[in-house]
Amino acid sequence: MVIFAAIGAAIAGNICTNVFFPKKSMSERAKTGDGGIILTNAEDLMNWARLSSLWPMGFGLACCAIEMMATYASNYDLERFGIMPRPSPRQSDVMIVAGTVTFKMADRIRRLYEQMPEPRYVISMGSCSNCGGPYWEHGYHVVKGVDRIIPVDVYVPGCPPRPEALIGGFMKLQEKIRNKNIPAPALFLEMEAGQTSVKQTVDVEKEADQTVTV
Amino acid sequence: MNFQEITELVVPQFPDLAIETDTKNPQPALVVPVQQVAVICQFLYEDERLYFDHLACITSIDNGPAAATMELIYNLTSIPYQVDLTLKTIFPRNPEGAPLPVAPTVSHIWRTADWHEREAFDLMGIHFEGHPDLRRILLPEDWDGHPLRRDFVVQDRYHGIYVRYEDGNSAPLSTDADRI
Repeated sequence: MVIFAAIGAAIAGNICTNVFFPKKSMSERAKTGDGGIILTNAEDLMNWARLSSLWPMGFGLACCAIEMMATYASNYDLERFGIMPRPSPRQSDVMIVAGTVTFKMADRIRRLYEQMPEPRYVISMGSCSNCGGPYWEHGYHVVKGVDRIIPVDVYVPGCPPRPEALIGGFMKLQEKIRNKNIPAPALFLEMEAGQTSVKQTVDVEKEADQTVTV
Repeated sequence: MNFQEITELVVPQFPDLAIETDTKNPQPALVVPVQQVAVICQFLYEDERLYFDHLACITSIDNGPAAATMELIYNLTSIPYQVDLTLKTIFPRNPEGAPLPVAPTVSHIWRTADWHEREAFDLMGIHFEGHPDLRRILLPEDWDGHPLRRDFVVQDRYHGIYVRYEDGNSAPLSTDADRI
């Protein structure tokens, strides 16, 4: 499904070209991408949009959260990737499980994950949420890996991981989104498959109505 | 005021109690019978020569089923006199199936004892008689047992999640009926 996409972007591109850059010959513009037309397909465009504005849930569990906050802050500036924390799971695309997951917290984490809209991603940050970390043997209270309660997309090792490592995790996640075609939601596919049968039942009902009126 | 002087003040106040001193270690301690902890604490708090107005910590110790004893250690500080005191009590541990060992609460003397005692109850299984609100403080309410006890056996699953590392993630993720 190849389409001409991002006409708005093309117009913006032309404006930029006219305002900020001197006029270039057509061949030059074709090389630099300033030509104003982008050829892509819908899946790639959707994936590009998704990976360029990953909004994580503002949510920290232990010392990893300190490193996570440092990554948000100005030195490492996650905002340049379009990543900014959201105060609600319903506005979030990705959950960073930053810290030790206790059994008391496990039910809450599962609840929050279920409240996130699809497509949703999980980054497991640090040894504790990867596999229980230092609590793997005697931690009666620690879930030995957050993947025992919710599915995880990217594991970031470290205790705690440095901000660079978390950024690396985000880039891995972006790569994963870029290379994946998300099918339509299961419910939509079901509706599409069942469309003929829905029509048929409607027809039958119409006929029934007619018989009643007659 | 040193430990010796504190002992000389406290012991004559309670002639019919077996109050001992433990000076083997760098931190000397007053060892008192468990039933009278609250009475002695009340005296330590109220007496003008001592005035222990600050309870810094309550420590609980489980000596295991073989020794069959448990301990409570109260670290007191008198802020106006700049004196510290360690109060210790040793009492029998409950055998399996028997009710929890009982110690009197001191939460009516020091408010801070409220949460300290809840923690000792939660993790070590010591019942504090007269405590206004003896609930678990750290663990979830439906937790089974007191995990800092020597003979605590970790449960197999909690809300359907395998607790032990070795058990892995073999359980199905979201279809368990015993999950919330």
